[in-house]
Amino acid sequence: MPLQSRHLLGLEGVSAEEITLILETAASFKEILRRPIPKVPTLRHQTIVNLFFEPSTRTRISFELAEKRLSADSISFATATSSVTKGETLKDTVRNIEAMKIDMVVVRHQASGVPVFLTQCIDAAIINAGDGMHEHPTQGLLDMMTMREKFGRLKGLKVAIVGDIAHSRVAGSNMHGLKTMGAEVMVCGPKTLIPRNIQELGVEVSCSVDDAIAWADVLNVLRIQLERQQAGLFPSVREYHAEFGINKARLQRAKKEITIMHPGPINRGIELESDLADADCSLILEQVTNGVAVRMAVLYLLSGNEEGMAEG
Amino acid sequence: MKLKVKATIIDEEGLQRTVARLAMEIIERNQGVDKIAIVGVRTRGAFIAERIVARLCETEGKKVPLGILDITLYRDDFRNRLKQPIVQITDIPFEIDNINVILVDDVLFTGRTSRAALDALMDFGRPASIQLAVLVDRGHRELPIHADYVGKNIPTSIGEEVQVRLKEIDKEDCVLLVEAPKETK
Amino acid sequence: MNTIKANKVLFKNGETINIRNGERLQVDVVVLDGKIDRVGHIEEKNFAGKVLDVKDHLIVPGLMDMHVHFREPGREDEETIETGCAAAMAGGITAVCTMPNTDPPCDTQEIVRFIKKRAEAELVDVFPIACITKKREGKEISEIADLVRAGAVALSDDGNTVIDNAVMRRALEYASMYEVPVIDHCEDPALSAGGQINEGIMSTRLGLLGNPDISEAIIIARDLALAEFTGGHIHIAHLSTAKGVELVRRGKEMGIKVTCEVTPHHLALTETALSSFDTNLKMAPPLRTAMDVEALLIGLRDGTVDAIASDHAPHAIEEKDVEFDAAPFGILGLETMLGIILTRVVRTEALRLHEALYKMTMAPREVLRMPLPQIKKGEPANLTIFNPESQWKVDKKMLKSRSRNMPYDGWKLHGRVFAVCNKGLIHHVD
Repeated sequence: MPLQSRHLLGLEGVSAEEITLILETAASFKEILRRPIPKVPTLRHQTIVNLFFEPSTRTRISFELAEKRLSADSISFATATSSVTKGETLKDTVRNIEAMKIDMVVVRHQASGVPVFLTQCIDAAIINAGDGMHEHPTQGLLDMMTMREKFGRLKGLKVAIVGDIAHSRVAGSNMHGLKTMGAEVMVCGPKTLIPRNIQELGVEVSCSVDDAIAWADVLNVLRIQLERQQAGLFPSVREYHAEFGINKARLQRAKKEITIMHPGPINRGIELESDLADADCSLILEQVTNGVAVRMAVLYLLSGNEEGMAEG
Repeated sequence: MKLKVKATIIDEEGLQRTVARLAMEIIERNQGVDKIAIVGVRTRGAFIAERIVARLCETEGKKVPLGILDITLYRDDFRNRLKQPIVQITDIPFEIDNINVILVDDVLFTGRTSRAALDALMDFGRPASIQLAVLVDRGHRELPIHADYVGKNIPTSIGEEVQVRLKEIDKEDCVLLVEAPKETK
Repeated sequence: MNTIKANKVLFKNGETINIRNGERLQVDVVVLDGKIDRVGHIEEKNFAGKVLDVKDHLIVPGLMDMHVHFREPGREDEETIETGCAAAMAGGITAVCTMPNTDPPCDTQEIVRFIKKRAEAELVDVFPIACITKKREGKEISEIADLVRAGAVALSDDGNTVIDNAVMRRALEYASMYEVPVIDHCEDPALSAGGQINEGIMSTRLGLLGNPDISEAIIIARDLALAEFTGGHIHIAHLSTAKGVELVRRGKEMGIKVTCEVTPHHLALTETALSSFDTNLKMAPPLRTAMDVEALLIGLRDGTVDAIASDHAPHAIEEKDVEFDAAPFGILGLETMLGIILTRVVRTEALRLHEALYKMTMAPREVLRMPLPQIKKGEPANLTIFNPESQWKVDKKMLKSRSRNMPYDGWKLHGRVFAVCNKGLIHHVD
């Protein structure tokens, strides 16, 4: 079954079959990355623009690498060099770029809903590389790919997402994707960083990291944004680390094996103890490798020609 | 879709004999199996490659490396296709530098699949040579490609199609000549 | 549509409806020199003027919308008093109250006079609402006596809540001397900070900052306490939450002088409509939940909610055609209010027809202490004539408003407006 949409805007509403197709395609692409010449000619006919309206190093590099591995022509565009700062509207900016004949747009923006908005402005296929507090679907996919590799399944897997749930697009995409794939999801963090109605998404809620550790097979630890402290959502970094930081002592107390993931970049010593990030139980670097493979898969699957997509 | 079968070109026994002959020719031409590897093109080429490797091992008493190649990403029809085909894993678990690689496919037709397979192989290294083995050559080449080992030459018209059916996925071993399905583009 | 002098016109075969009990009566109505000359059975052949057949149409007192934003002075590219009045007429509305968040804001008698002057020749009565505080800053109360004498019918800092309790207390006390209501936009700015839509499952799903219902409720509770304490009249603008309805209900039971209004969009839509990030659905207060809608409808039925008002808020296309966070709050409403109410409230039997009409004719005038236009010999002809059954399709391109920010494009609504009549003028469909 092919993907139902020409765009990848989020994981909410994407079916289990589609997610499986992406993950399986990504597994095939991962092999390419190990070849002596890690590049295939598949997307030679595609021109892709990476529009990054928000600073990002790893996601942008990961997309650029994925595009180059598939032989697409790609150009990256960051806020500082764009015309947005000159007072042009977002719509005008993207329509101007599209007029230069491009096939796909990878977009990262600080406002939720921008990828959806772009689908109304231009004809190119849109891939969401993270929008505000909404979704970051390729991150969700690479997280699931990493878990699937390690455990051989997602169904029934217990995943606890720890940290700032309310403001995290990574949490959003993880919750939707994992629930669709039959995993059990728990969110854990201070009450001020968990939406009041989150249970309606079918997830467990806990404000105790120890409970989450006791429950979970996987801890997906989120980066804590220091500006949340300034906004008064938690009293101090010190207290956050003491109450919600993941450290060896906590894991040892739980007396079980647990897998640690983190979307990066890590605040070492705040949400995650430094040793743990580099420990055997950490899949953090595997996530980064899988990120390229997942993004290749998404680019490949969305690059089918439009007439065909319209018919099918 | 039910296709009209015009003739059975090779039956189960014939298929076994053909594979055995292809294996013998490979040994003869390469003076043994020491410096060769077999790489099958997905889907059916991979199963034929497996069978050839089994024959080679049996005859020579030596292990012959077997690889599987998915050529989807090297195809030349991306711009006029309806939807993206499924990409499967390519598995070549050995170095191909300086060995003789025998590429195996089921049917040689326009030559475009073989072209894609050659390009893909080149990304894995620099083999001493690449030889092409096919079960059936049905003619109508569109590229300057020639098979080194041919199970059977079957002259066909463009309105016909050659179907290789293998037990591994089709529950039977035979090669059929069928009426080509209407163009579904 | 064209506008003619209301000089010798016979509306033939119409029907009046008693907005208190729903009683309907077949009548013909003659308008002569802007006044109602005759009501009853009138033979066409004995009539010398223009005859308009209004079979199947209701003839009701002119509708009033007590909450609109015309952007004059300041943003005439979005709406002027003239285009706003044209939108009102198209929607069957003969009287509007304009909110003071113009540029400059309506906090001096000059601006009040300017608005009245600009509306002089219009069929629609334009009643300015003036600022509670100077420049809508919430610090010092405006010159209320002056504003009322110049023609302001109420006070509001619409868009801004008067946060300082002492200022709000003084405003209620002072305004009560001149018998004008103080209209509050109830939103606690700290609780609503950054809020784009209702805080709930949709804000979580869409990753938009939420504006919680208690933000409205807390300010209503405060306003009720101040109104009780001062004896002033507080009017709650665009009530949107179940909690708010309950507070107003209790306030009324306690004898506090409190009235309130609800908008058509808060009755017809819920937050779930937002899944496409459509900025035309971004307004303050935000769309709420189905439970809130149910409470608002109950409030309308039991009299807790007094009036229906559109909160017509025009915005330029280029300002709405942006990322959700960057878009301004507001939605057009004048041209669709009657249609939305008939289709989504009356036809769903949440309210009966005459009850709904009461909320759009009598109720706002009661809040503002104005008389209801009568359909009676000798009275000024202030009428709305519409067919409650016939359907029309909303077409964004055909709007009379200068702006286009509305989510109803393509909706089929009941209640096609045939004519409005006021100030000696008749505006009708050809």
